[in-house]
Amino acid sequence: MSTLQISDLRASVAGTPILHGIDLTINSGEVHVVMGPNGAGKSTLSAVVMGKPGYEVLGGSVTLDGTDLLALPAWQRAQAGVHLVMQYPSEVPGVSLDHVMEEALVARGRSTDGLDALLESEAARIGFAPDLLHRALNVDLSGGEKKRNETLQLAVLQPRFAILDELDSGLDIDALRDCARRVEALTNDTGMGALVITHYNRLLEALRADVIHILVKGRIVASGGPELADQLERDGYAAYQTGDDADVEPVTAADRPSSLDDLFAL
Amino acid sequence: MPAFTPDAVRAAAPPDLDLRLAAAERAAALAPPSPEDEVWRYSRIDELDLDWFVPGRADTTVDAPEGVHVAHGGSLDRVDDLDTIDVFHELNRAFMDAVVVSVPRGVVAERPVVVTHRVHAAGTAVFPRLIVDAAEDSELTVVEQFVSPDGLVALVVPRLEVDVAPAARLKYLGVNMLGGSTWSLAHQRALGARDSNTLLATVALGGDYARVRTEARVTGQGASTRQIALYYADDTQMHDFRTLQDHAAPRTHSDLLFKGAVQDQAKSVYTGLIKIRHDAKGSQAFQTNRNLTLSSGAWAESVPNLDIETNDVKCSHASTVGPIDEEQRFYLESRGIPPEIAERLVVLGFFDEVLEQLPVGPLAVQLREQVGAKLARRTS
Repeated sequence: MSTLQISDLRASVAGTPILHGIDLTINSGEVHVVMGPNGAGKSTLSAVVMGKPGYEVLGGSVTLDGTDLLALPAWQRAQAGVHLVMQYPSEVPGVSLDHVMEEALVARGRSTDGLDALLESEAARIGFAPDLLHRALNVDLSGGEKKRNETLQLAVLQPRFAILDELDSGLDIDALRDCARRVEALTNDTGMGALVITHYNRLLEALRADVIHILVKGRIVASGGPELADQLERDGYAAYQTGDDADVEPVTAADRPSSLDDLFAL
Repeated sequence: MPAFTPDAVRAAAPPDLDLRLAAAERAAALAPPSPEDEVWRYSRIDELDLDWFVPGRADTTVDAPEGVHVAHGGSLDRVDDLDTIDVFHELNRAFMDAVVVSVPRGVVAERPVVVTHRVHAAGTAVFPRLIVDAAEDSELTVVEQFVSPDGLVALVVPRLEVDVAPAARLKYLGVNMLGGSTWSLAHQRALGARDSNTLLATVALGGDYARVRTEARVTGQGASTRQIALYYADDTQMHDFRTLQDHAAPRTHSDLLFKGAVQDQAKSVYTGLIKIRHDAKGSQAFQTNRNLTLSSGAWAESVPNLDIETNDVKCSHASTVGPIDEEQRFYLESRGIPPEIAERLVVLGFFDEVLEQLPVGPLAVQLREQVGAKLARRTS
């Protein structure tokens, strides 16, 4: 049993405070979903927990079974057991997926015996074309292929906690179902805990949520069971918005919609 | 430059004595090049003093397959034009050791020709010349390697003349594996006739100051050239490239991909020109230069240029200079890969695009290892 604990986390981007005190406690096997309008700070939360450059922590803590993650560089956070599934996975020319998985296992002191077979079977399980295993990471991949790739890496590395940053953006229905089911199976089979960031609850048809949190303007304004997602679907975020428009997350190039899915999510 | 006189030419008693004497006299009359000259801009040419050197010879070996002709010492006036380019061009004419490789019409060489120049004697300047003739509809790969021991102060002034006849396919790879105290001032020129295909590839890992001027000229309709390079300078090395894609016939095609890295206090310069002449309608030319700066004290410059004298052409050029992409590094680190391994993956991945296109597979594997070893020596 592991616990990922986020306490009073405050952070800024380019001098602008975005997160104003986030508290979340996620145990092994639990799926916590963070929903909220654009600019609420959802992606900032995932980036700060993983240690992405460009974000400044102003206060609070993030611990994994007592280990202070904020004191570690990103690669050590990953080795400690946190994995970020990215909304926009980077293209890395000349570096193949299978090679990266090999290096990632070696860096953890884990065996690479049977890695090829594992990659093949995981690819088949989520409908990822096997020839893409040997191609450069995310280069010339479609939106759906990139997310299947991200999900496949999660299944190979089997972290204790996964942060899914909008796994559902840029995905068609079939790919979404394949990826969500794989994540759901990991939570059941390996006890992986998940922090799921999403705009809307289509993802939750295949991935069972334990707790829904609503994030607005850098604060969690409500938490509840899966019924909260249904209520949001019906009523939107209006009930949670205040008149104060200050401190919204700046919209960067990476936040601009890249697919029809994203447009619908706005 | 007292050592490089007509008397020195006479003393060597080479063939083509008159032509060589004339070249030595022209060399003596030329002003030494300077970084003030546009063609030597950014270079370290003002650090070179020819008085440090005397004319010498490299130890040159040639390994060629059946069906390819190799001659040592060729007639000077056969492929050389009489343009005066610079003092080094004239000195190569005056003191050159020539190797002529020719593949007859319709012959497909079964394996590459490998020409290796080893420089042994400190304080010498050597002037290798490689002439490659690919006759009509022939196919040939040539690898030329330049080697000197570390610490050997020497000057190498190589010249390459490639003539690719109609429908011939020629691939050339020049590999600079010179020691860190050897200077190199190379000049390559390829002429592509109708429907020919030419690849000029360069890998530069060695040398102190190493410059390659490489010119691919297409003179016949439908001819195609490709120029690629991998360069990686460390310590205080400098790699300097001048490239020309010269279109002198209609419906010709040229492509160029140069990728380099600098680290420690090293420098690199890329200056490239696409020239589309008036009668080269319907031509396409592309040029890409990408540079990684791997240390804060390293420096790279990229200067692409276009000179287009006609309409109805398709041209593009792209150039970048910068450190390892922060997003790429974070992506790999977020997978639990330590920074030094993440950087190694990104840098080797960056060069793989060129290594995969080199005409000699086994050599590419060896070069990839040398790139990895260089990266391991990096200081931030």
